[in-house]
Amino acid sequence: MKTPAIAVRGVTKVFGEGDAAVRALGGVDLDVARGEVVLLMGPSGSGKTTLLSVMGCILHPTAGSVRIHGREVTGLRESELPGVRLENIGFVFQGFNLFPTLTAAENVELALDLKNVGGREAKRRTRELLELVGLSDKFDVYPEDLSGGQKQRVAIARALGGDPQIVLADEPTAALDWSSGRTVIALLRELAHERGRAVVIVTHDTRVLGFGDRFVHIEDGRIVKEPAAERPHMVALEPPAARAALGAD
Amino acid sequence: MASLAWRNLFHDKVRFSVTLTGIVFAIVLIIVQIGLFLGFSTATTAVIDHSGADLWIGSKHVPYIETGAAFSERKLYPVLATPGVETATKYAVRWSQWKRADGSNEGVLIVGFDPDKPPGGPWNIVAGDVQGLKSPDAVMIDTFYQQKLQVKQVGQVVEIEGRRARVAGFTQGIRSFTTSPYVFTTFKNGQNYAQLREDQTIYILVKAAPGTDIAALKRQLAALDADVDVFTTAEFSRRTRFYWMFTTGAGIAVLLAALMGLVVGVVVVAQTIYATTMDHLREFGTLKAMGASNRYIYRVILKQAVLSAVIGYAVALVVSVFVVRGSESGGAAILLPWELGAAMFFVALAMCIGASVVSINKVTKLDPAMVFKG
Repeated sequence: MKTPAIAVRGVTKVFGEGDAAVRALGGVDLDVARGEVVLLMGPSGSGKTTLLSVMGCILHPTAGSVRIHGREVTGLRESELPGVRLENIGFVFQGFNLFPTLTAAENVELALDLKNVGGREAKRRTRELLELVGLSDKFDVYPEDLSGGQKQRVAIARALGGDPQIVLADEPTAALDWSSGRTVIALLRELAHERGRAVVIVTHDTRVLGFGDRFVHIEDGRIVKEPAAERPHMVALEPPAARAALGAD
Repeated sequence: MASLAWRNLFHDKVRFSVTLTGIVFAIVLIIVQIGLFLGFSTATTAVIDHSGADLWIGSKHVPYIETGAAFSERKLYPVLATPGVETATKYAVRWSQWKRADGSNEGVLIVGFDPDKPPGGPWNIVAGDVQGLKSPDAVMIDTFYQQKLQVKQVGQVVEIEGRRARVAGFTQGIRSFTTSPYVFTTFKNGQNYAQLREDQTIYILVKAAPGTDIAALKRQLAALDADVDVFTTAEFSRRTRFYWMFTTGAGIAVLLAALMGLVVGVVVVAQTIYATTMDHLREFGTLKAMGASNRYIYRVILKQAVLSAVIGYAVALVVSVFVVRGSESGGAAILLPWELGAAMFFVALAMCIGASVVSINKVTKLDPAMVFKG
């Protein structure tokens, strides 16, 4: 069996200490394979975003193990984590988090600049990425002049700027109407199925269920439901590659 | 791609204008306050610094130039006979009363010098000349004090200490630290206007022969007479400046104002730069989440600070030049020597970079997980 892109084992995350301690995650196990879209769902405060942060090497778990492409990252120093994120992970945020002072193209170029890719190569890759997300006509447009859906597509292009194998999306459709949301979620799905990225999407939006390969339900910091059999409507929408991946589970 | 720092600064023109205004205000404030201090400080010793003398001989323990006590002019002769002395002249600086055209009196400082021997005369002469002062009643004042002394033109006859005087010329830019204008005249006239006895002088100015060891000459002259003190021009200048700046409250007040200007300037710049960084805090959080190292983010913040400093400094310097020019006709001279202008560039850089360090500290502690909060 191939090494999963992300392997989470027994991860616990506790915020605060003593009486004020809050247990956000309690012994979570989760693998995410390349080419797979995992939907992480659950009520507010269930620990979805915390799990996403731990998988994204933004938060250190209190206990447990996180492996990115087989590399243990929980023991790394704080100063080493940005490097892991830069090399492996692209983020898509609910609020887009685009740089308002930069154009769409410059937002993407910034991700390339972080990896020391500049000049013509940066321009070429930026063009490719914005074409990939269907925004080849929005190069010089500032975020404030883009629709919500367009902003999120720029954010996806930016997330891919560093050529990460893992894309973590936090409520990517929450600020969008369904038409835009569907475009965005389809794009994320395409990244997994056609470009082999491991994609994890935190969402409340049940309309996106049909776009995932796997559905993970989390409550009170624990994964309570993951079986594919419990969501037949998804299987019907899954492409063969995804079904194969699910079968492997 | 334009740098993020550049875009962060210039994208919002209004915001940048506010930032720039804060920095320009701070730098101009510092320049004006320090320039005022320099102006006052320079004014206290202008007559000494422009005297052209190498050594000053004055009464024992004279604290500053305006309070020299009179002593016998016979002390001049052993000075003249000392090897290494090229020339030595009698020199008087003393308070007197100028009667204005409206009949009121105005305090003035009579400066009596020998017009045939260089040390001690006026400078920046814009009307008349030194030789014109040889007439028995000729005096020269600064154009700045024309209105105060109610003098309209060269040739106007006035009265000093009950004696006739005639304005034979004007200087420009010779201001006194006190409110009393300098009145340049010959030593002989000065004796009359300052009510000095004919056989007395207040100072002896010494010009050393080329190649003379000034310190050795000073020791020799001091050994001639125990009743007088001998100072180099620099020493007497420092002594007078110290008196006015630090013994009286006036200089301390100006110095404190200059320091306050510096402190207020630093605070304004710090607040401005800090606010600029805080405006983009979420973006720095996003950068961190994307994998940017702290060093990358520091570079963005420092570049913002340096750009702000350079542009703020350039604008502030232009504004300051206008302020300085405006002050030329006002009561308080503000000096902006090039050294101050150059130093202010580094002060501006230091202020902006220093202020950004506070922001850097904030960004360093920034939790990248903030990007997930809506």
